[in-house]
Amino acid sequence: MIRQTWWLTHRQLKALARQPGVLVITLMQPVVWLFLFGNLFRRIVDLPGFGAGSYLDYLVPGIVVMNAVSANMWAGMTTIDEIERGTLDRFLTAPVRRGAIMNANVIVAAASTALQSTIIVLLGWAAGAHYPGGVFGPVALVVLSMVLGTVFTGLSNAFGMAVRQRESVIGLSIFLLLPLTFLSTAFMAESLMPGWMQGVAAANPVNWSLEAARGALAASVDWPMLLGRGGWLLALAAAMVWLSTLTFGGYQRKV
Amino acid sequence: MHVEAHDLVKTYPPGVRALDGLSITIEPGEVFGLLGPNGAGKSTTVKILTTLARADSGTASVAGHDLARHPDRVRRAIGVVAQNSGADPLATARDNLLLQGRLYGVRGRDLRTRVGELLDRFDLAGAADRPVKGFSGGMRRRLDVALGLVHRPVVLFLDEPTNGLDPEARSAMWAEISRLAGSEGLTILLTTHYLEEADRLTDRLAIVDEGKVLVTGTADALKGSLRGDAVHVELSGDLDEALVRQAIGAVVRDVTVDGRVLSARADDGAAAVPGVLAALDRAGSPAAAVTVARPSLDDVYLRHVGRRFAEGVAR
Repeated sequence: MIRQTWWLTHRQLKALARQPGVLVITLMQPVVWLFLFGNLFRRIVDLPGFGAGSYLDYLVPGIVVMNAVSANMWAGMTTIDEIERGTLDRFLTAPVRRGAIMNANVIVAAASTALQSTIIVLLGWAAGAHYPGGVFGPVALVVLSMVLGTVFTGLSNAFGMAVRQRESVIGLSIFLLLPLTFLSTAFMAESLMPGWMQGVAAANPVNWSLEAARGALAASVDWPMLLGRGGWLLALAAAMVWLSTLTFGGYQRKV
Repeated sequence: MHVEAHDLVKTYPPGVRALDGLSITIEPGEVFGLLGPNGAGKSTTVKILTTLARADSGTASVAGHDLARHPDRVRRAIGVVAQNSGADPLATARDNLLLQGRLYGVRGRDLRTRVGELLDRFDLAGAADRPVKGFSGGMRRRLDVALGLVHRPVVLFLDEPTNGLDPEARSAMWAEISRLAGSEGLTILLTTHYLEEADRLTDRLAIVDEGKVLVTGTADALKGSLRGDAVHVELSGDLDEALVRQAIGAVVRDVTVDGRVLSARADDGAAAVPGVLAALDRAGSPAAAVTVARPSLDDVYLRHVGRRFAEGVAR
């Protein structure tokens, strides 16, 4: 199982390494947001009760998380490609564990998310964002973005496998991305949100990762927040990967 | 027996019966063909026997392992070349082969030697380290077959191995499959909708239609069972079937009418032609063209399925 996971991961990483441009292009969007929103909403911190000193400091985790959601939502497209090309069938008729196929997808997605998140964190820093707690905060942020990305990789994979239609995967991605990010504390402090929005945000995994990340980025780490929200996020990610592995069975009933 | 399938039934929602009690038996070392038009159930049979899909009912074993109880043992014993074999287009031919071997647990020097051997054998050595996306259709198909062989399977499944290839690539593939059959004692199940392919490559074949096997045998035995030459007459106008049948019934036998073409059998085809032409003239349906041929697989198909093969393909 471990060996198979490794070789299947190796295959995808090699493909990624062959086209590094893909990673760079997908980064353009979050980078534009970072500088656009960073400038546009600069004065927001002056609102009474916002609670942060610099909006850029506040924004970096928001952009990292938004990128993790949007990048991983496309996982289902790759799955559909592999089904149409026959690659998935080839693996399924070989003595390969279903879990190994899905694990490889998750690992590759997490690795590219990590790379992208790191670049955003560094660009934010170059633009003047502060990480007062030192290296720990940014590292925790990157790790949390990987876990959040896994939630959406699993979801998108399961969805792609179930519907096998590119349009539906694109639709799901567009449908979820903006509401999930704006119904969270990515761009606006919780205390300034309408009451109902605070309620929705409490159940939003994107917000869990943000609260955990902000807990880790603070000058003194908010451990209960980091471990509590992070734990829920991890549990959800595991559930999504499991669900996604289950969809192989559904797929094989239909072929 | 290397492949034994008994009474396989498979229904896809909404109620499309892809297999309707299909049974086949393949002996070790045999090249067995499933011949039939698209939608006859050939690919479904391959999907079930290669553990990808599960039959609704029926039993099957491959390489001595029961499909339902030990799918993993079956997977280890078989090589699968599906219609889309899904070589990774971004990876090189060599990387594709190495990965395939690793997934089957082939490792180290053994793997590298095997991959080199297959690249040579399938004439891909020159392109081994180029990404597959630049390959021609023929090269890609050869790589597909090589992928199916990396782990030295006992039974090889070839689903429409020459579909979409140009004539040159097709005959190269035929030569390769014939060589495969001769070496390594490989048992091959091959599906095709090309009569010529089934005729040339298979030791035995089954004609499949609507999810069932209609007849099984060697190509020669099937043709021999028709007893006599085929006489095909193309009529110049529409015909009154009953009248025509009556007119030529005395000269030839096994008359079938398919549009404007009528086909029949005679012990000596050439000798029967004048009689047939005269009879048709008398019946008011003069012939436009006449051919006489030794029995072909197409005639076997017509006899068992009730229509010409080409039509079945077009359906």
